Amino acid sequence: MNIPLIDFVNAINGKVLTQTTGLDQIMVTGGYVSDLLSDVMGNAREGQVWITIMRHLNVIAVASLVGLSAVVFARDMLPDQQIISKAEEENICLISSDLSAFRLAGKLYTLLEINN
Amino acid sequence: MADYWYFQPEFEERTLTFLSQRYEPEDTLVFTIKERDFIDSGNASSTIKNYLQKLGVKPEILRRVAIAAYEAEINVTAHTRGGKVKANIHKDFIHLMFSDKGSGIKDIEQSMSPGFSTADKVMQEMGFGAGLGLPNIKRNSDMLHIMSGENQPTCLEIIIYFGEKILPDHGRSK
Repeated sequence: MNIPLIDFVNAINGKVLTQTTGLDQIMVTGGYVSDLLSDVMGNAREGQVWITIMRHLNVIAVASLVGLSAVVFARDMLPDQQIISKAEEENICLISSDLSAFRLAGKLYTLLEINN
Repeated sequence: MADYWYFQPEFEERTLTFLSQRYEPEDTLVFTIKERDFIDSGNASSTIKNYLQKLGVKPEILRRVAIAAYEAEINVTAHTRGGKVKANIHKDFIHLMFSDKGSGIKDIEQSMSPGFSTADKVMQEMGFGAGLGLPNIKRNSDMLHIMSGENQPTCLEIIIYFGEKILPDHGRSK
C-alpha cells in the first residue's frame, strides 16, 4: 500500500519548495499529522509524509532522524530559505499546500486506499 | 541527588556486568551542547546516527538511537546551562552519556510521566514541550540512568544494544 509522492503532490495542488528530483520514485507508505516534535519522533515511521504547520529548523532535524522523505506544510505555511536549504542537504522534500492538515490527511488517505 | 534506573529485562544482566566494569569502548565521539542553541541542536544526534549507519547498524536500532539521543540533546539545550554528550561505541552496543551544568531535575519520577513538561512558551512555539522527551528516551533504551537533583547538574546515561556485533573482535581504533 504505497503511492509515488508525485501523485500526492498533484492531488493537493502542492508546491514543491525544495530542488527535489524523482518525485515519481519516492514512495509514500502513509502519513503522520502532528505539531509536536516528540510525538513525531516517537510515532512517525520511515516512508511516511509528515503534515504540519510547524516550520522551525527542528522540523528538518526530526524528519531526518526519523527518516521521513517529505514534509507538507498545511494552510500555505512557508518556511524560510535557510530551512529549505537544510532540507535539501538532508534530502527531504518540502511541499506547501493551501489545504488544511485535515484535508491533506484526507486526500492522502483516499489515495492510499484506492491503491490498496 | 536522586538516582533513576531503568533496565530492559532482557539485557539487565549484561548491562549490570558492563556497569560494574565500565570497560574501554572501541571508539568515542564527544560533542558540546550549547544552552538554548536550537539551530545546532540535533547535530550531535545526527552525527552519531550517521556514524553508526556507516558501521552497519540496523535501521530499527538506528531509529531508537536517534530518538533517544535527540530527545536527550534537546533536553540539555532547552533546560540546562549547556553540557556535552559522550558517545562510547562498543562492539555490540552504544553507551551515551549526557552531562550538563544544571539546574537539575526536581523530581525525576514526575518528569518521567508522559505529558509532564516544564517547557516555556518559546519552546512550545517550536514544537517542544509535549512532555514526551524522557518517556521517549526510556521507550527506546535498553538502559536509562538519570542522576540529578534540584540545582544540581544532571547526568543521563543510555545504553542501546545493536543486536549483533558490528565491530570485529580486534576493534577498529586499536
